[in-house]
Amino acid sequence: MKTEILKIAAAHLKPFLLVLSLVVLYRGHNEPGGGFIAGLMAGMAYVIYAGAFGVNQAKQLLLAKPLFFMGLGITLAIFSGTIGLMNGADNFLTGVWTSISFGNYDLKLGTPLLFDLGVYFTVAGMLVKVIFSVMEEDA
Amino acid sequence: MTLFLPILIPLVSIILLIACRHRLKCQQWLSISAVLAQLGTAFYIFFNLGESGHLVAQAGSWPAPYGITFVADYTSAILLIAVSLVSVAAIIYSIGFVDQVRQRGGLFVLFQGLLTGVYGSLLTGDIFNLYVWFEVMVISSFVLITLGAEKQQLRASVKYLVMNLIGSMLFVAAIGLLYSQLGTLNMADIAFKLRSEAIPPLVNSAIMLFFIAFGIKAAVFPFFFWLPASYPTPPIAITAFFGATLTKVGVYVMLRFYSLFAQLDTAFWQPVIFVVAGLTMVFGVLMAASSYDIRKILSFHIISQIGYMLMGIGLFSVIGLAGAIFFIVHNMFSKTATFMAGGLIYLYKGTYDLKKLGWVYKTKPFLAFLFLIPALSLAGIPPTPGFFGKFFLLYAGFEGAHWTITIVALVVSILTLFSMVKIWNEAMWKPEVESANLSVKSVRPAAWVGTVIAVVFTLLLGLTVGFTYDYFAQAGQQLIDPMNYIKAVLPDLIVK
Amino acid sequence: MNILIALLIGFLYAVSVYLLLRRSIVKLVIGILFLSYATNLMLFFAGGLTETSPAFVVASEAQNVVMTSDSLPQALILTALVIGFGVAAFSMVLIYRFYKETGTVDLDDLSDIEKL
Repeated sequence: MKTEILKIAAAHLKPFLLVLSLVVLYRGHNEPGGGFIAGLMAGMAYVIYAGAFGVNQAKQLLLAKPLFFMGLGITLAIFSGTIGLMNGADNFLTGVWTSISFGNYDLKLGTPLLFDLGVYFTVAGMLVKVIFSVMEEDA
Repeated sequence: MTLFLPILIPLVSIILLIACRHRLKCQQWLSISAVLAQLGTAFYIFFNLGESGHLVAQAGSWPAPYGITFVADYTSAILLIAVSLVSVAAIIYSIGFVDQVRQRGGLFVLFQGLLTGVYGSLLTGDIFNLYVWFEVMVISSFVLITLGAEKQQLRASVKYLVMNLIGSMLFVAAIGLLYSQLGTLNMADIAFKLRSEAIPPLVNSAIMLFFIAFGIKAAVFPFFFWLPASYPTPPIAITAFFGATLTKVGVYVMLRFYSLFAQLDTAFWQPVIFVVAGLTMVFGVLMAASSYDIRKILSFHIISQIGYMLMGIGLFSVIGLAGAIFFIVHNMFSKTATFMAGGLIYLYKGTYDLKKLGWVYKTKPFLAFLFLIPALSLAGIPPTPGFFGKFFLLYAGFEGAHWTITIVALVVSILTLFSMVKIWNEAMWKPEVESANLSVKSVRPAAWVGTVIAVVFTLLLGLTVGFTYDYFAQAGQQLIDPMNYIKAVLPDLIVK
Repeated sequence: MNILIALLIGFLYAVSVYLLLRRSIVKLVIGILFLSYATNLMLFFAGGLTETSPAFVVASEAQNVVMTSDSLPQALILTALVIGFGVAAFSMVLIYRFYKETGTVDLDDLSDIEKL
């Protein structure tokens, strides 16, 4: 499987897919997209890389272990729910929105985006963990 | 907010458990303190139910039929307390019983994941949300049942996985049918629409699909065969926990759905429930009587006792429902305690096979005593809770003049007594088999502590029934007349 | 169109039942996947099939819209898909381990392993 074409393609696809996943993540705010699909894309970036260069090399590129990303994701998701509690004890999971203006462009932020970020990390971490563990056993 | 705590606490503890996954001691103490916190929350919810007996919270402050609602009434609060009590015992027991490899392999994370699903299913008031919590629970149990990946576990988990997934898919299909007819997912709203408008044609099919789906999850006749195939394979600490949570949540949902939806067509549903309940009881107990493995006998008994709970649902009187809920709680405690005592016998004798066991009473009298109490409770001897559970059910059965099911229940309890006596005779009183060359594992004190806690809970439930019965009756009353439930969830509703 | 979709859902269910009854564990898992596809499709059309009607409109144009399509089933199906994804991942790993441990994919060959 370790052909040169796949190696070159994987090396170039990885940054591309990672950036694209962030775009899809932010786009999910108002248009089709969202944390789950973006997380799948980010995970696939590393899975393709592992397919071309081997699991060990792909693991070195990860900033932390996949389990860390899963934990981080769940933490972010729960945290996004608790932000609403600022406005009263009954507002668990209530959305809070804010936007930052750059000239005539509004960067819209809110707890749903934070929740989506949590989903993003959890899904990416889980995908990488599951596929890497199967790949490792195979090798 | 309080209503979300039972879900938040296990979720947060999962994060912390992942953070300290290399330190086993830290994991063990964290899980114990997490379940103690859940226990506290459960009691807090129970004592704050208020005058109407309902506590309602809207996730994200979306008003009722649109957002996801969390509701606690006496039934769910009682079961919340029972589940958290059992999980205290089960987690302490598994610290002592389960091997280090499995404990490091994520046992405690999965326990908390399973508890998240159980608490969510008990509290949610939204039918699709219920599916999500069920899946949280079932996926955790998939991983728990394969944890350690022995040959038998893998084999058993295939059956378990397939049956549970078919159940889940039927559940989703039923949700789709119901939504297409009524356009709402809120359980109270569905119940209200069914009561105020003409019932659309597909609703009955949807309710039938629900019944089959939860029949699979609760292991009722004829969908029970996955349970005896899969429950005996993982370490018995995990089986004890499964027996106390998974099937019982299935029964709880049946109870809730019967109260909210199926009640409207009692003429059709009551005979169905009675037939299924009777056959479940009989098949479970007959298969238990023919087995010679402690784990298998106890697994078949789970099925048989599910039949009693169903019988309570079918009777649908205050005493009958109180009996059903009491029976669920009693079964959680007694079954867990018998499983745990059986596990201790295994640790000392190295086998679950009754033909090889012997003289536990002579060598370990205290262990025999620990086994005796929950076993008597399962058989229904006073003053154990099993007696009171059966008493309520039979009383309600005679009161409602449902003779057949009541007599079946009586006969089945004699057979239950027979198979408990069989375990006692074979394992405790029979002379030890000389030829048995069995490896004895080391016993850690936590296994004893867990068993003692479970047995004490069982005894206490039986002895305090005079004080607690009122709450069970109140729970039954709430289920019979769900109008208060509907009003609590949808306060703006104009009721004719 | 409704009839076609109904037939498609029925066909998917038939495929899944056929596959579930095969002896091979690989086909069993594919059958589970088809079961969840069929169910998801059914859930998807629970909101009714409304062609060319929007799910969301701008408030100023609300008067011009005769019918909107129900977007809730799409949210539901997304949730069901995500859960199906997790279950699929788990069952793939399960059959993989199963094959490694037992060296067979035939469920009938395994009845002797079951003895407890």
